[in-house]
Amino acid sequence: MPKHQVPARFAMAALPASPIPVFRGRFTERHATRLLWRAGFGPRPGEARKLAALGLERAVASLTRPSGPAHLHGAPPHDENGAPLDPLNVWGHDHCWWLDRMVRSDQQLIERMTLIWHSWFATSLEASTAALMLRQNQMMRARALGNFHDLLLEVTRDPAMLLWLSNNENTKWSPNENYAREVMELFTLGADRGAYTQQDVHEQARALTGWTNEWTDSAGPTNFRFDPELHDDGVKTIFGHRGNFDWRDTCRLCVGHPLHPSFMVTKLWNYFVAVPPPRRELKALSHTYVHSGFQIRPLMEAILRHPLFHDGPRMVIPPAVYCAGLLRALGRTIETDAWSWIGEQAGQRLFVPPNVAGWDYAHWLDTSRWAGRFTAVTYALQGHVLNPDKDAYSATESATAAVQAAVRYWGNPPLSSTTVGSLEGFSRRAQSGIVADWEQTAYRILRQNALRGLIPTTPEWQTC
Amino acid sequence: MADLLMASERNNCCDGFSRSEAMRRALGAAPGAVPREWDPRMPVPAGAGMDRRRFLLSAAGGLLSVYGAERLGLTNAMLGDGIARAASAAANPVLVSIFLQGGIDALSVLAPVDDPVYRRLRPTLAVPDTAGTPFGEDPRLRWHPAAAGFAGLHNAGKVTTFPGIGYTSPDMSHFTSRHYWEVGATDNRLTTGWLGRYLDVAGDPSNPLQGLSLDGQMNPTLATARNPVAAIDRPENFSLWLDGVWGDVFSWTLDSAAALGDAQSRAGDPAVAQVAQAASEVGYVRRALAPFRDKNGNAAYTSPVTYPTAGSSDLPQRLAGLAAMIAAGLPLRCVALTTDTPFDTHSAQATAFTSGLQLAADSIAAFQADLEARGIADRVLVHVWSEFGRRAQENGSAGTDHGAAGVSLLIGTRVTGTMVGEWPGLAQLDANGNLIENVDFRGVYCSLLEQWFGQDAGAVIPGSGGFTRYRLVQ
Repeated sequence: MPKHQVPARFAMAALPASPIPVFRGRFTERHATRLLWRAGFGPRPGEARKLAALGLERAVASLTRPSGPAHLHGAPPHDENGAPLDPLNVWGHDHCWWLDRMVRSDQQLIERMTLIWHSWFATSLEASTAALMLRQNQMMRARALGNFHDLLLEVTRDPAMLLWLSNNENTKWSPNENYAREVMELFTLGADRGAYTQQDVHEQARALTGWTNEWTDSAGPTNFRFDPELHDDGVKTIFGHRGNFDWRDTCRLCVGHPLHPSFMVTKLWNYFVAVPPPRRELKALSHTYVHSGFQIRPLMEAILRHPLFHDGPRMVIPPAVYCAGLLRALGRTIETDAWSWIGEQAGQRLFVPPNVAGWDYAHWLDTSRWAGRFTAVTYALQGHVLNPDKDAYSATESATAAVQAAVRYWGNPPLSSTTVGSLEGFSRRAQSGIVADWEQTAYRILRQNALRGLIPTTPEWQTC
Repeated sequence: MADLLMASERNNCCDGFSRSEAMRRALGAAPGAVPREWDPRMPVPAGAGMDRRRFLLSAAGGLLSVYGAERLGLTNAMLGDGIARAASAAANPVLVSIFLQGGIDALSVLAPVDDPVYRRLRPTLAVPDTAGTPFGEDPRLRWHPAAAGFAGLHNAGKVTTFPGIGYTSPDMSHFTSRHYWEVGATDNRLTTGWLGRYLDVAGDPSNPLQGLSLDGQMNPTLATARNPVAAIDRPENFSLWLDGVWGDVFSWTLDSAAALGDAQSRAGDPAVAQVAQAASEVGYVRRALAPFRDKNGNAAYTSPVTYPTAGSSDLPQRLAGLAAMIAAGLPLRCVALTTDTPFDTHSAQATAFTSGLQLAADSIAAFQADLEARGIADRVLVHVWSEFGRRAQENGSAGTDHGAAGVSLLIGTRVTGTMVGEWPGLAQLDANGNLIENVDFRGVYCSLLEQWFGQDAGAVIPGSGGFTRYRLVQ
């Protein structure tokens, strides 16, 4: 058990007092649904009701304080031929392998945090191998709710990251500033805040020298290591401090920088709440973070209880979460490796973030990505639709009843009256197409299949 | 009904070794039970003086002959109105960006066949000294035989070449260099494309077809921050499907998905509005493209010229579809597409390079002939580019490694046809043994924005004031 995980007997204990305001309204099924979408991958059937019954404190603790190793519930993933996934060797199976964990893990926040670290420390398969990407993924999962300083140290020496930001080519003779810049700009401090200068980038690059690896035709990139011969052990000046700094000092100086806590809190908060943190919250959370020695869990336990999390504006569900959520809602698992290209079309191919800055959580949709989400619904339902040639079905179901049946099929997600009215309009139109007697049942089956396809495309379902 | 059910059950595809292939196949395999209707909200078609009715009849002939204007709810008055508005609208220029992915070997496209240094650097890959067509603007160079399509257009004054294009401190990573070209800046973090930023500044908040990716996914060159853009591959392929739903019910299902978006596209909650607007735009694109698709999901348009046939690539079909869409008056302004064939020829270059170049050149030449046959060539420019050229010296695998300066082309009836910059020569190479650039691609972007779109480049290209402008359009 990693040292930051609490023993099982404490798992459901009440949380420590939050340093910031806590949501005091009634914690209903609707609130539990949002919590499950934002801190996980959406509810399984009945899960939101059970979580609501725990009350806010215990509901949050059930996510932030998982005990022991994660369990994967349900059938193991396979491709459309029934063969097990081969994430190291078959293109796209890495994506499906992780999506399966999102669907089946009983430690939902751990998976969700792993997804956040993947975007925060965006690293791409395009510069690496599936084996190295999965190794990084396991490292981030193990440290998902742990200590940010430790996470940063691991990321800095992670082989996939060394390749991605060229720190494996950073030597005392030929310093490469790529990682030096991003570790400050994207990972710990932020650009244009006056946190560092170009001279700091230059000096950090010197401190970060020494990492190297080899490349073989059979294994690809291999034997990643720190070679003192390649390291510039001279004196550097970073943020005004002088010393014979190395890569560990880079990490220490970054998290110790006075502008790091506010960057950390704001960036983390923005993954979970649709509006920026108020000034007082920012200050209080920064204080908590520093005094905990850079622990992630206390921040999460405060954010997940904050009123703006629970009654603030909605957020667009990220594509990977959307796909996993469809399968969870239906109680299904991965039965095709199509999920990788669907993920790509929907705008989130796991292990291939769009650039060094990760995914843009503010803009998830365009026509192609919306079509990708529709295709995700198509595949989630595939093989489980009603067949008008075989299945028995009502020949008299009303338009309204048809909509209600389809909403029930998806576990009664909350839909606006506008949306329900629009779906009922479609339902009546479909019924108006009935001319012959034999069509009474057949059209109602088509209509039910269609309504089941439409519900997850609604704005309410795609946001939380 | 049984046929349609079978069609919809055929779609359990994708063995997933190639993402784009897999996606294309899945989209291409989708059944054609998609509605055909006319969208009365479609903006006034572009193109001054164009006879809209003629284009409807010729390009989207299936639309009227199969369904008839009456059934589409298009009265003669509406058509007349459309023609009148089209005739009075300004001629909207279209820019087509074609990305030769992988870094095409400029020294083979325009080969210095008599240069002894070239023969020494390219012992196995040098283009034979009598092959191909002489390049009229520089007697040292010949077009590769596979580039005959470009050579013919060049001789006709319809190609401007950039034989030494690039940027200072070139990055030899595909990913990085391509990103620079896509965003129009040497900036790792810029998330909008250069054409996307143009559309944000000068585009329309309600017209997703103004920026059209033909890659089956968003093309980063077109990525906007505000205004909508769309991604398809071919107009007949913008298909969605659901198992167990077909015919009219499926048409109504897609109508309903769009209506669900329309109803909340101005919702107070920004997240709800974002999803709703995308759904609404999908409805728009689907309706706008409906006339291009027959009931079996095949192209419902014909081309006045013959496009090359290619086994695994649909580049010719994508360009044929594009010509039909422009001709039909769809409100396109910036279009971006990527070749299927990568030009990343690290080994056994001769075969892959030749077939890839042949396909690209022949397809683009056919596209140009298509535009001319349809009478719309004067409002279309084609920009052909690659992320870098390749190393001057071939490697030990009869291939070439990543290089720096490369070649770009600008094609159309309105180009000056005069070479910009010069062939860099082999006498002086950079520290990595690569050709040295003499024209910055960002200067070309600035010039295109100003001369083709009449747009101040300062609002689109970072640091635009520092780049030389070239006369590109006449």
